[in-house]
Amino acid sequence: MNLQTDPSKGDGADGTQMSEADRDSIVVRFAGDSGDGVQLLGGQFSQATALDHNSLATFPDFPAEIRAPIGTTYGVSAFQIKFGSRMIKTSGDSPDVLVALNPAALKVNYKDVRTGGLIIVDSGSFTERNLKKAGFDVDPREDGTLGEHRTIEIDISALTLEATKQFDVTQKEALRGKNMWTLGLIYWMYDRTTDATEKFVAGKFGAESPVAQANIAALKAGHAYGETAEVSGDIQQTRVAEVEFAPGEYRLVTGAEALSWGLVAGCELAGIDMTFCSYPITPSSPILHILSRLKNFGVTTFQAEDEIAAACSAIGASYAGNMGITASSGPGIALKTEAIGLAISTELPLIIVDTQRAGPSTGLPTKTEQSDLFLTVWGRNGDAPMVVLSARSPGDCFETAIEAVRLATKYMTPVFLLSDGYIANAAEPWMIPSMSDYKPFPVSYRSEAEGFQPFSRDEETLARPWVKPGTPGLTHRIGGIEKADGSGNISYDPENHQRMTDLRNDKIANIAKDIPAQSVELGNDSGKLAVVGWGSTYGPINRAVANMRDAGLDVAHIHIRNLWPLPKNLIDLLGKYDKVLVAEMNNGQMLTFLRSQTRQDIDGHLKVTGQPLTIKEVEDAIRARAQG
Amino acid sequence: MNVQVEPAKLKAKDFASDQEVRWCPGCGDYAILKAVQMALANMGAKPDNTVFVSGIGCASRFPYYMATYGFHTIHGRAPAVASGVKLANPDLDVWIVSGDGDALSIGGNHLLHVLRRNMDVQFLLFNNEIYGLTKGQYSPTSQIGQKSPSTPQGSVDAPIDACTFALGCNARFIARGIDIQAKDLGHVFTRSRDHKGASFVEIIQNCIVFNDDAFAHFTEKKVAKETQIHVVHGAKLIYGAESNKGLSIKPGAFELEAVTIGENGITEDDILVHDETNKVLASLLVAMKPPAMPVALGVIYCDPAPSYEQAVKDQVEAAKAKGLGDMDALLRSGNTWTVS
Repeated sequence: MNLQTDPSKGDGADGTQMSEADRDSIVVRFAGDSGDGVQLLGGQFSQATALDHNSLATFPDFPAEIRAPIGTTYGVSAFQIKFGSRMIKTSGDSPDVLVALNPAALKVNYKDVRTGGLIIVDSGSFTERNLKKAGFDVDPREDGTLGEHRTIEIDISALTLEATKQFDVTQKEALRGKNMWTLGLIYWMYDRTTDATEKFVAGKFGAESPVAQANIAALKAGHAYGETAEVSGDIQQTRVAEVEFAPGEYRLVTGAEALSWGLVAGCELAGIDMTFCSYPITPSSPILHILSRLKNFGVTTFQAEDEIAAACSAIGASYAGNMGITASSGPGIALKTEAIGLAISTELPLIIVDTQRAGPSTGLPTKTEQSDLFLTVWGRNGDAPMVVLSARSPGDCFETAIEAVRLATKYMTPVFLLSDGYIANAAEPWMIPSMSDYKPFPVSYRSEAEGFQPFSRDEETLARPWVKPGTPGLTHRIGGIEKADGSGNISYDPENHQRMTDLRNDKIANIAKDIPAQSVELGNDSGKLAVVGWGSTYGPINRAVANMRDAGLDVAHIHIRNLWPLPKNLIDLLGKYDKVLVAEMNNGQMLTFLRSQTRQDIDGHLKVTGQPLTIKEVEDAIRARAQG
Repeated sequence: MNVQVEPAKLKAKDFASDQEVRWCPGCGDYAILKAVQMALANMGAKPDNTVFVSGIGCASRFPYYMATYGFHTIHGRAPAVASGVKLANPDLDVWIVSGDGDALSIGGNHLLHVLRRNMDVQFLLFNNEIYGLTKGQYSPTSQIGQKSPSTPQGSVDAPIDACTFALGCNARFIARGIDIQAKDLGHVFTRSRDHKGASFVEIIQNCIVFNDDAFAHFTEKKVAKETQIHVVHGAKLIYGAESNKGLSIKPGAFELEAVTIGENGITEDDILVHDETNKVLASLLVAMKPPAMPVALGVIYCDPAPSYEQAVKDQVEAAKAKGLGDMDALLRSGNTWTVS
C-alpha cells in the first residue's frame, strides 16, 4: 500500500530550489567504515523518525566486501534518510547533513552534500595514517576542500571512550560505541528521545551486560553533548512537524520484508502451503532469511545447492501441489532460465523473485539497477511467454507479491516478480493492511477422474488442470518435450507444436483481461509529455513530475506494474501524448521494449551508476522536452 | 456409502502406461523397465502414490512408460525437482531415473546433494558408459581409450566409478545390478524402496547401438560366475562357478584379494562375511574390477540415518505446534504507530 497524498505539497513547491532541502524535509547521510555500524545507526534513526510521525525514505548503500580494509574508501558504508513533515517519495538527492566517521567516508561523500550543508566529522579519526589511506594528501579540513560547507569537528572517538570508560569493556568494544554516540547527537538535533534505542540495545546484548551499558552510555553522552550546547550554536535543534498521514496503523517496512510477507499472505489467500527454494545471493538473501522464520505459516524453506536446483526444486514443489517459489538476483536468474522454460512448458505455477542488481555478470552486487527487463520478459529459449510484475516501492512489494501468487495459481504459469537492490533494502512507513481487506482466491486441484486430460483447458483462463500426485485415478506424465494438445503425450506433430505454442501465448496474453487498465499516476490522460517508469523509479519520477506540473509544465506520470502482459490500453494511452519519455536505471530496456510495441517515437532518460534516479535529473529531463 | 474394498493385487502390466516404448530394439532399458514394473507389483506399490522423475537422455524417457505419476524434466536436474516433490509431499514414493551423463556429468552436483542430504528417494542410475541420445559421445564413466565421435583417437578422460562417487557423497544405501538380471534387480529395487533415505542403485546397462558389449567381459553368461560376486549381508563373500572363490583381506595390506578355497592353505574361515553397514568394506567392494577382482553386485552398503525431508517437516510441525501463524499479527509485530 503506498501512501498517497496531495503531490502539490511535494519537494520544492515553489518550483525553483526543487531538489534542495526546505523547511519540511531534511536529508541526512551517515557514513563510516563498513565495521562502524552505520547501517544499524541508520536503521535505529529511521525507527525513531517513524515513531515521531515523520514520513521518510531510506537508502542503505554499502560495499560488497563484508569488512574491507579499515579506513579505505572502498570500505565505506553509508545510510541516507530523507524525512519530513510531508510525504517523502525518495531518499533525497543531496544530503543537508553528512556525518563522516572517518576521512575515507568524508572523501567518498562530501561532494554530494548540498551547497551550504552541514558536515560533522569525527576529528579523532583524522590521523595522518587515515588521511593517507583515504587518499588525502592534505587534510581536507585545512585546505579549503570543504569550502562551501559548514564543518563541525567533534572528537567522537575520544568522547565515546570517555563516556564508556567506567564499564568493563575493551577499548575496541568501547570504540564500537561511536555509532551510538553519533546516534545520540543526531537524536538531539532532531528532538528525538533515546528510549527506543536503549530498549533495542538492552534487548540485543542483555540489559546487565557491560557492552549494553557502554553502548547506552555512549548514546546518552551524544545526546547530552548536543543538549549542553557544547557545540555553541553550530548545530541547531530542529523539530520536524508530524505528517498528516491517513488514519491507520503504520510501521516501517523494507522491500524484502514486505515481499516475503506478501508471498505468505498470497499463499494464505490461495489456501496453499509455500515451498520456498533459494540459493544465497546479494541482495536477494534477506527473503530466504525472513521466510525461514515463518514455518508456523506452513512455509517450508530449502537452501538448495545452487540456483538451478533452487528453481527446479520449486518446480517440483509446485508439481506436488504447493506454491513453489524461488528468488535470486541477476546472475542467479540467468542460471534458472532453462528451468523456467520447463515450468512454462509443463504449465505449472511458479514464482521467481528477481531482486535486480547492477550487471552484467557479477556487476555491482550491492548496487541497484533495473536491467533484467529483457532477461525476464524475453530471456528464454523457444517462444516462452510468462507473466512479469514489478514492484515500485518497499510497501508495494506486499501487494505485488499477492498478485503474483494469484496469477501463478489461477493461470498455471510462472510469474516473475521484480524488485531491486534499492527497494529490497530501503525502508518506508507503511500503512499496515488487514487481511480481511483481501478477497481470497482459493486454488482448486483436479480430482475427478472422469474425462481427465492433463492438458485440457479451462475455457476462461486457458489454464490446464492442476493434479497433485497421490490423487487416485489421475496418474499421468508431463515433461519438457512438446505435448499433444489435451492428452499431454509426447508429440512431434508439426500442427500440434504450432497449436501448443499459440495456446501458451494466448493463455498469457489473455491475462491482460484480468489486470488493471493502465492508469495515469499524475497529470492528464493526454497532453504534451508523459514520463513512463517502472519499478523503483516510481518515487523520483512521481516527485519530479509533480514539481514540474507545479512549475506549469504539461507533463504526466505513467507507471507500469504489469510488464507482461502489458495492460491492454497502454499503447493507446501513450499515443495520446505528443512525447513519451522513459526514465529508467538501465541502458534503455523499457525504451526498446515499448518501441517494439508501437511506432510512436519514444525517448529515454537512462542511468546506470548503481544509484537511484534523483528528482533533479528527472526534472531536467522533463524540462528539456516539455518547455516551449 | 463408500465401501473401502481391498484392491486386487496389481501385476507388472498394471504399471505399464499406454505409450509405445521407443528405445532401440535390444536396448538394456527394456529389461530394466520390466524389472521395475515387476518389482513395484511385487512390493505392493500404489501407482497413485508413486512418482518417477527423470532428467534428459535415453534412460530419462522412463517415466513415460510407467502408469504412475511422472515428470520428465531437464538435463541433470531430476534430483532437484524430485527434492521439491518430496519436500512438498513426503508421503509420495519418489524414484529418480537417470543415466551416466545425466547423473554424473551435467547433474553431478545435484546427485551429490540429494545423496548427502539423505532425501528419501530411490536413485536409479542406468550406466552404459556412453551418451546415447546425442549419438555416441564418451561419458564420465567411459573407459580411457574409448573411441567416439568426440574422441576419434580415444578418450583421455579419466572415468569415475558411480558407486564410489555415491559413497563419497555419504549415500547411506548403495547397490548395483545388471540390466539382464531381472530377479536380482527386483530384490535390489525392493530393498532400495524399503530404505528410508536416499538409495543409490547403479544398473549396468548395455547400449546396443553405441557401446555394445562394453560390459560383456563380466556380464556374458560364460564368464558371469567367475567375474561377479552377489553380496548378501551376513553371508560369506563367496563366488565362482564352483563357489570356491572368495574375498579376504590381503595379509599385510589394506585391500581385498580374490582367493580360492583349498589353494595356498585358504579355508572358508579366511573368507570375509559381508557386513552392509561397514562403509570401509563397501568402499573396497565398489571399487573391484575384473579381471583381477569380481564386480560386486547386490546391496553393497546400507546404513540408515534420518532423512532430510522428515527433519524439515518436523521443524515445520514443531513451529506450527507452538501456534499457527497469524498474518495480521505478523504485520503488526515490532514498532508500530497509529494515526487517528
